[in-house]
Amino acid sequence: MRATDSAGLGRGRALAFVAPALVLIGIFLVFPALWSIYIGLTDYALTGPSSVNPRLVGTGNITGALSDPLFGNSLWLTLLFVFGSALIGQNVLGFTLAWSLRGARRGLRRLVEGLVLLAWILPSTVVAYLWVAVLDRDGGTLNALLNTPGTAWLVQYPMASLIVFNLWRGTAFSMLLYSSALNVVPPSQLETARMVGAGRFSTLKDVVFPHIRGHVLTNTLLISLWTANDFTPFLLTSGGPDHRSETLPVFIYQQALGSGALGYASAISLLLLLVNLVIALVYLRLLRRRG
Amino acid sequence: MRLRPMLSLLVVVPLLAAGCVGKPAEQNTGQNADAKEFTLVIGANALAGGKNANTAKWTAEYVIPKFVEAQKAKGVNATVRFEGNGADDKDYKTKVALDAKTGGGADVLEIDGIWLGEFAQAGQAKPLADLVGQDKVDAWDGWSKIPEAVAALGDFDGRRYGVPVGTDGRVLYFNKKLFAQAGLPADWQPRSWEDVLQAGRKLTAVAGIVPIQLNAGTAMTEATTMQGVLPLLAGTGKPVYDNGKWQGATQNVKDVLGLYQKVYSGGLGDPLLQQEAKGRDKSFAQFADNKIGILLESDYFWRSVINPANGVARMTDRDTAVGWAKVPAQRAGSGVGGQDFVSMSGGSVRVVNPNTKYPRQAWELLQFMNSFDATRARVADTPQITVRSDVNDEVLKGDPMLTYVAKEVLPITRYRPGLAQYTQVSAALQQATADVVAGKSPDDAAAAYQQAVVKAVGEAGVAGN
Repeated sequence: MRATDSAGLGRGRALAFVAPALVLIGIFLVFPALWSIYIGLTDYALTGPSSVNPRLVGTGNITGALSDPLFGNSLWLTLLFVFGSALIGQNVLGFTLAWSLRGARRGLRRLVEGLVLLAWILPSTVVAYLWVAVLDRDGGTLNALLNTPGTAWLVQYPMASLIVFNLWRGTAFSMLLYSSALNVVPPSQLETARMVGAGRFSTLKDVVFPHIRGHVLTNTLLISLWTANDFTPFLLTSGGPDHRSETLPVFIYQQALGSGALGYASAISLLLLLVNLVIALVYLRLLRRRG
Repeated sequence: MRLRPMLSLLVVVPLLAAGCVGKPAEQNTGQNADAKEFTLVIGANALAGGKNANTAKWTAEYVIPKFVEAQKAKGVNATVRFEGNGADDKDYKTKVALDAKTGGGADVLEIDGIWLGEFAQAGQAKPLADLVGQDKVDAWDGWSKIPEAVAALGDFDGRRYGVPVGTDGRVLYFNKKLFAQAGLPADWQPRSWEDVLQAGRKLTAVAGIVPIQLNAGTAMTEATTMQGVLPLLAGTGKPVYDNGKWQGATQNVKDVLGLYQKVYSGGLGDPLLQQEAKGRDKSFAQFADNKIGILLESDYFWRSVINPANGVARMTDRDTAVGWAKVPAQRAGSGVGGQDFVSMSGGSVRVVNPNTKYPRQAWELLQFMNSFDATRARVADTPQITVRSDVNDEVLKGDPMLTYVAKEVLPITRYRPGLAQYTQVSAALQQATADVVAGKSPDDAAAAYQQAVVKAVGEAGVAGN
């Protein structure tokens, strides 16, 4: 490595400066990651004989997961969750809100933004409690509003409920990001588009989108990853009924702490990490192609 | 060139780690035996004003002050705290296991007897003799007051791990008011499954109620197994674990699942409730609200749930409105041991945490909690079947329901096999009922169950048809 030592520290001192950060990263990030990879290679359990004498099972957990219908089920549900609530839901709703609020009166804009933000900043437990109350079968608010007594939303439509919930919960981020992104679109170009009689769709496609392409990709990447790793569904349905809303993070929790299969759960965490990496790589490629 | 140190780190760290997973701890029975000052923590899934409020109240108001006082008389300065929990049993189990794993946890713990096998195999519970010495264990005079069959709840693999808290029995509760409306007798006693279904069909005449609540599904966890599958299986003549083998997709299992189908596809039960996350709590509330006709539950339901004084779903007219009957076998005489009626029993066990710094003092506290006076104080307000026959003789007199369980149900009851594999088999049974409630046929559900059990315990441990 050649010296481009602009700070004039010298290698030794530079190392000394980054050492504390590296140590922290090592202890809290690298070590636990390696540790969980190792546990994923064993049949380590919370209780029972293999909690004292775990056996190395190699890739047995991974192959076990790939042939486990419950794993396939939760992978599918995770994709559904990400696609429905983040990729399409939050993206479109966030953009629509940001776009239609551009020209709105200041007071109205603040009010809508405030309400959307509120859904985002409330603690998960509080929000989950409110939603359980709203969706409850007996005396839930939604049933009273829609006049559909006896509908157990979280039991009969668990995944749809979760997708709507996450849409409500996470749209604020997309809305904020798109609000500021739309500021980079030069008003003169929008004006020109209007002058030449471009329709709303072609204005969005040919004038607005090229400017905010990077923002769209960044936003989609972030909300996809957050949604894929979101644990809040657990607070609403605990993965039930009958595994019908068991996304991967919930599945991992149920395996690790519900069934005590720590080794198996660690191996699946690794698979989730790989899924995340794949998602991230796809976006990064798309992002790079822009330049 | 940067890669090589990184790679070697990747290899070395897991190797080092490999030595650390699942280390067994050393034990010293005489550790701190003569301490003049000690601190102990009592843990249970009980909380003042919430779950098992009685236990919490008794611990805080009787056990702790009296024990501290008794120690003071010996010149020892004791501090005892109560660590309450109010969680689902499964979550409580996870918590206790994690505590034990990380070297912590309360010194004297109350756990469900059926977890004992797993905890013991993991070293999270240890035989009393290993913790405090065989002589100290044998020296307790309380053993002579506990019937051997009941004390065995605290045993695993022939060794004694703790002192059971009490035991229970399963019956069919029914709402006499709803029965009267449906033209059913107040002294109802079904003699076969068909009798129960018949009563359920009559109850459909009463609007707005659920005729039969038979716990099913995975959300109810062990309540599905203990208040559903196992008593029914016992009624088919074969317990879940028989002759060294677990039942797979046998005719017995199919019959039980068939009954579930009759209840939940026949409009006699509420299939949605079985899938709700808080379904069991809801069933309690509904029964107390006169919305359920027949419910299979243990005596816990009588004393802690619908108890008008301190239950979680109080029923002010419990004593007049609620009837009970023995759980019938499939047909007269078809139950285990040729019995006409069946029951299953379980119970909690108090153990000494192997991580305790004061094993002798913890054992002393455990003996104190199971002394005649302490046991009587625990059940004085709310009678309960304790492990001590001398206390039972005195306190059960006033409660017809508990007397009935002690006299009529306990003699015909069965216990779950104390094996670590049980939890997995139980989970598979819960799944099978969930499948049937969701609409699968009993045969399909039994086939899937067979697969799950084979996966859990191996082909050799399962009896097929």
